[in-house]
Amino acid sequence: MSVAPAATITYREAMRDAIRHALLADERVFLMGEDVGAYGGCFGVSRGLLAEFGPERIRDTPLSESAFVGAGIGAAMAGARPIVEVMTVNFCLLALDQIMNNAATITHMSGGQFAIPLVIRMTTGAGRQVAAQHSHSLEGWLAHIPGLKLLAPATLADARGMLAPALADPNPVLIFEHGSLYNLEGELSEAAEAVDIERAAVRRAGADVTLVAYGGTVPTALAAAETLAGEGVEAEVIDLRVLRPLDDRTVIESVVRTHRAVVVDEGWRSGSLAAEVSARIMEQAFYELDAPVARVCTAEVPLPYAHHMEQAALPQPEAVVAAVRRMTGEPER
Amino acid sequence: MTATTAVDRRHGLELLRQMLLVRRFEEKCVELYSATKIRGFMHLYIGEEAVAVGVMQALTAEDAVVATYREHGHALVRGVSAASIMAEMYGKVEGCSRGRGGSMHLFDAATRFYGGNAIVGGGLPVAVGIALADKLAGRDRVTACFFGDGAVAEGEFHECLNLAALWSLPVLFVCENNRYAMGTALERYESETDLALKAAAYEMTAWSADGMDVVVVEEAAQRAAAEVRDGRRPCFLELRTYRFRAHSMYDPDLYRSKQEIEHWREHDPIPVLGDRLRAAGLLSDDDVAGLEREVAEEIEAAIAVAEAGSLEPVEELERFVYWEGEAP
Repeated sequence: MSVAPAATITYREAMRDAIRHALLADERVFLMGEDVGAYGGCFGVSRGLLAEFGPERIRDTPLSESAFVGAGIGAAMAGARPIVEVMTVNFCLLALDQIMNNAATITHMSGGQFAIPLVIRMTTGAGRQVAAQHSHSLEGWLAHIPGLKLLAPATLADARGMLAPALADPNPVLIFEHGSLYNLEGELSEAAEAVDIERAAVRRAGADVTLVAYGGTVPTALAAAETLAGEGVEAEVIDLRVLRPLDDRTVIESVVRTHRAVVVDEGWRSGSLAAEVSARIMEQAFYELDAPVARVCTAEVPLPYAHHMEQAALPQPEAVVAAVRRMTGEPER
Repeated sequence: MTATTAVDRRHGLELLRQMLLVRRFEEKCVELYSATKIRGFMHLYIGEEAVAVGVMQALTAEDAVVATYREHGHALVRGVSAASIMAEMYGKVEGCSRGRGGSMHLFDAATRFYGGNAIVGGGLPVAVGIALADKLAGRDRVTACFFGDGAVAEGEFHECLNLAALWSLPVLFVCENNRYAMGTALERYESETDLALKAAAYEMTAWSADGMDVVVVEEAAQRAAAEVRDGRRPCFLELRTYRFRAHSMYDPDLYRSKQEIEHWREHDPIPVLGDRLRAAGLLSDDDVAGLEREVAEEIEAAIAVAEAGSLEPVEELERFVYWEGEAP
């Protein structure tokens, strides 16, 4: 096995590289969305692709989320491999009819006659002081819907590697890119490694408590684990990666080892993915638990603009550490 | 002359047969609904048959069709078998959607029939996407997208006409204007009731035609489809029609007068075509009797298939939520 040289790359570049390789690999693939072409993508992900692939395959759309998301569904049903970029999760609300009533239902409603090999990418999350309408984390809502698959790449390898298997999947796959991750930087082998889109991943091993996170909360959980390690508590950090269908096994196996779990979720607590993960742990590992499952979620307010208020609303490493201390019997510091 | 007349006669009889098939099929559906063989929502096309029959004449087998929840007629005329449609309404596995869709969600990949969409306006984006895929792959095909006047009030209508025109996509938008969005009259929900005018604002050829005369509809559809095919751009056709029955089986039909319904019944598309053919000496009573018999036999056979059909085992409940097997 040859070892490819590693290069320093950002999450944004890894995603662009993934799209570029998908376009090169399969002529059925095209990208469409608001400002993906001339502008280069609202977050700069598709910069340069218009010049390389032309306007037929890098399609700037009007501000009409329902039309172009639905067009992605129709194109997928008719044999194309569309990558639809919805600028942010906030705007996918304008296309929810197409996502829920068409993408998620048509394979089933047609008795299995039509596949929908569609990828919808969108930025998600808060933390940039853009206030209530631009800071949603609606992964939990969308993960509620049978017929969809949801991915949350939180590492460079996943940013680079998840798109190809998502495009190869005959079902609608939604990819959530947390806005805080685009500038994440690190080394990545130039030889693209295929990743699976089925399993959660253990990002840090530990025997004392399991921290379950995804997307933007993976760095939060890792930071908390680092602090806890300084206190002699070894936290295992699980990155869910795939939000639907959830990989119960990896989570449950960890909880069986650690006997404690904290779920860290940027969604609001009520009806959240954290609620779902917590319920599954209760259902499948109740007698393994030494403490009730804890959740660290976003405060139940529309995200405020002021920096200190926004940060107070979001899950912070300190809150994760505090939750762990409560369940390990450590006194609050 | 004789040869031309023979062709005209054959085609005229075929148009009549297709309209009769839709009419008699749905009349039977009403009986079967009353007998609780068919359940759920059911929307009848009775009165509007000339629209689907006329437009479908302009399509080839390679073209695609997207329809609404009032789509029994479109499916039948497109060539989805009466038996598989009836079995679908019975909820049987022999149905065209394996009993997973019902009356509102008839699908058939073999005839490029992309459904039965039950969200008003929800099929338009899908049609635009099918046309986009065909265009990108260099396939010379038309996607016919049927929707009602009610859809014109939806944002998706405007988004999709704009996108199709902007990208020069081969979509034939067919607006079946039956004057009511469920129970709300067009004049009560549209500030501008000239629907073709709205479409024309998106830089596409758009016009209105009598949707009660199948010959007029076919002529308009041929012209529109040719424009889509040759110009590789969308076209909009408003066909003015009327449903004789209530919106659905649940609708007490309180929002329109008996006189209005009677007025439109005088323009029933089946006698309109019959009279036209008779006046040209192309149709006899025997012809009509023959067609009625043929259609009745097809429907009876369809019911027999549905009755004899099987229920999908409950163990298969969670099938088809995701695609089974490799990507097509």
